[in-house]
Amino acid sequence: MKTRELFFWVMLASAAVIMAFILLPIVQLLTAPSLPMLNETIRDREVLRSIWLSIYTAGCAALISFVFGTPLAYLLARTRFRGKGLIESVIDLPIVIPHPVVGIAILSVAGRNHWIGEILAALGVRIMGSVTGIVTVLTFVGIPFYINAAKEGFESVPVRLEKVSRSLGGSMLSTFFRITFPLAGRSVLVGAIMCLARAVSEFGAVVIVAYHPMIAPVMIYERFEAYGLKYSQPVAFWLVFICLVLFLALRLLTLYRKKGG
Amino acid sequence: MIKVERLTVDLEEFHLCDISLSVSGGEFFVLMGPTGAGKTVLLEAIAGLIPSKSGRIIIGGRDVTRLPPEKRGISIVYQDYALFPHLTVLENILYGLHFHRVEKEEKQLRRRELVTQLNLGHLLHRFPGTLSGGELQRVALARALIVRPEVLLLDEPLSALDPAFREEIRDALRRLHERWGVTFIMVTHDFSDALSLAQRACVINDGRIEQTGDVADIFQRPTSRFVADFVGMKNCHPVVFRKTKAVIGGLEIETGREHERVHGYIAVRPEDVVISKNRFDSSMRNEFEGRIAGVVDRGFFYEVEILVSNMAFVSLVTKSALFDLGITEGVPVWIAFKATAIHVF
Repeated sequence: MKTRELFFWVMLASAAVIMAFILLPIVQLLTAPSLPMLNETIRDREVLRSIWLSIYTAGCAALISFVFGTPLAYLLARTRFRGKGLIESVIDLPIVIPHPVVGIAILSVAGRNHWIGEILAALGVRIMGSVTGIVTVLTFVGIPFYINAAKEGFESVPVRLEKVSRSLGGSMLSTFFRITFPLAGRSVLVGAIMCLARAVSEFGAVVIVAYHPMIAPVMIYERFEAYGLKYSQPVAFWLVFICLVLFLALRLLTLYRKKGG
Repeated sequence: MIKVERLTVDLEEFHLCDISLSVSGGEFFVLMGPTGAGKTVLLEAIAGLIPSKSGRIIIGGRDVTRLPPEKRGISIVYQDYALFPHLTVLENILYGLHFHRVEKEEKQLRRRELVTQLNLGHLLHRFPGTLSGGELQRVALARALIVRPEVLLLDEPLSALDPAFREEIRDALRRLHERWGVTFIMVTHDFSDALSLAQRACVINDGRIEQTGDVADIFQRPTSRFVADFVGMKNCHPVVFRKTKAVIGGLEIETGREHERVHGYIAVRPEDVVISKNRFDSSMRNEFEGRIAGVVDRGFFYEVEILVSNMAFVSLVTKSALFDLGITEGVPVWIAFKATAIHVF
C-alpha cells in the first residue's frame, strides 16, 4: 500500500511541476503590466489594428481550411489506397518544417521567378507584404491541424449509418450533409479551433512574408526589439487575453453542442 | 420478386462465388450459414452497398446491378440497429421519406400504422441512446418499412437481443411480414429463427450456396454433410400447442406456459434429458416411459437414443451412468426433462 501511495505522490508532484511550468510565465506576463499602461496600450490604434488583423487573418485561414480541408479529410477517413500514409505525411509536413522555412518556401513559389508568382502578379495578387500573404501563410501552417481533427471525426461515424441512409434513398450528398457531417460536427469544430489557435500564434513564417501589415506577434517582437521587455508586455497581455476569451467561448460552444446532441 | 444470377463478389476479406437465387414477391426468405460464410456480404451486394464483380441482380423486374443503393428499392436493418444517434426516434423513422415522393396523408397513414404495430408511441421524442435493444430494433424496422421497399434486407436482426426481446422482435417480424406484403430476406445463423419465420431458405458456406429449398426440407433432408452438421439439432419435433402443452402423436409435453400459435416446434438439448430405471420421484414435469433404441460412443460420453411411442429422444450420459443403469438396446427406461429445458419456436 505504502509504495502505491508514494507512486501517487510522485505522479502528483511531477504534474504540479508541469502545471507551474506552463502557468507561471503566463501569469507573470498577465500580471506584470500596470493598469494605466494596459489602458494606454488598448487605446493605441496600432495595437488594436494588429490584434484585429491577427484574429481576422487566422479566422480566414480556419475558414479556408474548413472549406478545402473537409473533402480531403472525408476522403482520407473513408478510403483505403496505396500511398495513403504518404499523403498523410505530406499533410503533416507544415507541422515539422521550421517556421521561417515555411515563409521562404511560400515566397519562392509566389515570387517573380516562378510561373505561379507571375500568374499571381498578372492577376494583381500580391503575396509579399500583404494580408493575402499572411492568410496564405497561416492557412499553410494551420490546415494540418484541421484536417487531422476532421478526419478523426469522420472516422468515428460508423459506415453503417451511411449505408442505412443510402438504402433509405439518400444520395451520397444528402447522406453526407444529413448524417456524416452532423455527427462529425464537434470534431470539425474542434479542428477549426485548433487551426485558428495555431494560426494566431504563428510568427516565424509571417515575419518573412509580411512584416507589414503588422500582426500582433510581429508587433510584440518589434516592440521588444526596439523598446525592451516592458513595452512588449502590454501588447502581449492583450493578445493573450483576447485569444483566451475567444477560445473559451468556442470551447463552451462545443461543450454546449455535445450536451445538445 | 428478386433474382440473383451468378453473382460474384471479390473483396479482400470476403468473397461470394457464383451465387444464384430466386425469391418470389412477398416471400420470407432466410440466408443461413456460419459466421464468416458471406451472408452479410450477399445482403450488402443485393443492396448495392458493396460492388459485385460479375453477375446480375434483378429486383421487381428491374436490373439493378449497376444502380446505386438509393435507387434499388431496398431497405436494410442491421444487427446493431444503426439508428442515427443525432436524430430522435420519430426523425429516425421518417428519415427515408425525405427522399421519396409520398402524399402527405399517405405519410401520416404509414407513420401511424408503424408506430401502432411496433408500439413506439411513447418513444417518439427520445434519442436512440436511451432505448433498450428491443426498442432500438423496433425503431430500425419502422424506419426501414416506412419507405415501402420492394425488399427488406435483415442482417441478423435477432442475434444481439436478450431472449425476451428476441421473442418479441420475432413476433413483430412475423406480423409485419404478413401486413406489409414486402419481401423479407433475413440473414441468421440460428436455425430456429428460420423454422419459425421463413418459408424458404438457403444455406451458405464459404461464399457458396450449399442448399436452397423449403426450410423443412433443408432441415429434414440435408443434401450435404455441411448442411447436416449445420442444422443438426437434436430432440427437435414439430408439435401442436394445446394450452401449455405441446402435443406430438400421443405424447403431451408440459412446456410451462401458454403459446399463441397452434403449430410450432420444440427442442430439448440432449444433456437436459435424464434417464432412469424407475419412475422419477422429482419435480420434473415431463416423464415418459420408453425403450433404448441405440447407444453411440462419443468419447467422453455416450449418446443414447430412446424411443417413446415412436418418437426418438437423445440423451447424453457418462460411462459410469451407462453401467449403473445397465443401458443396452431394448431395455425399458424412464426419461425426464424439465419444462424450462424446452426450447419452443
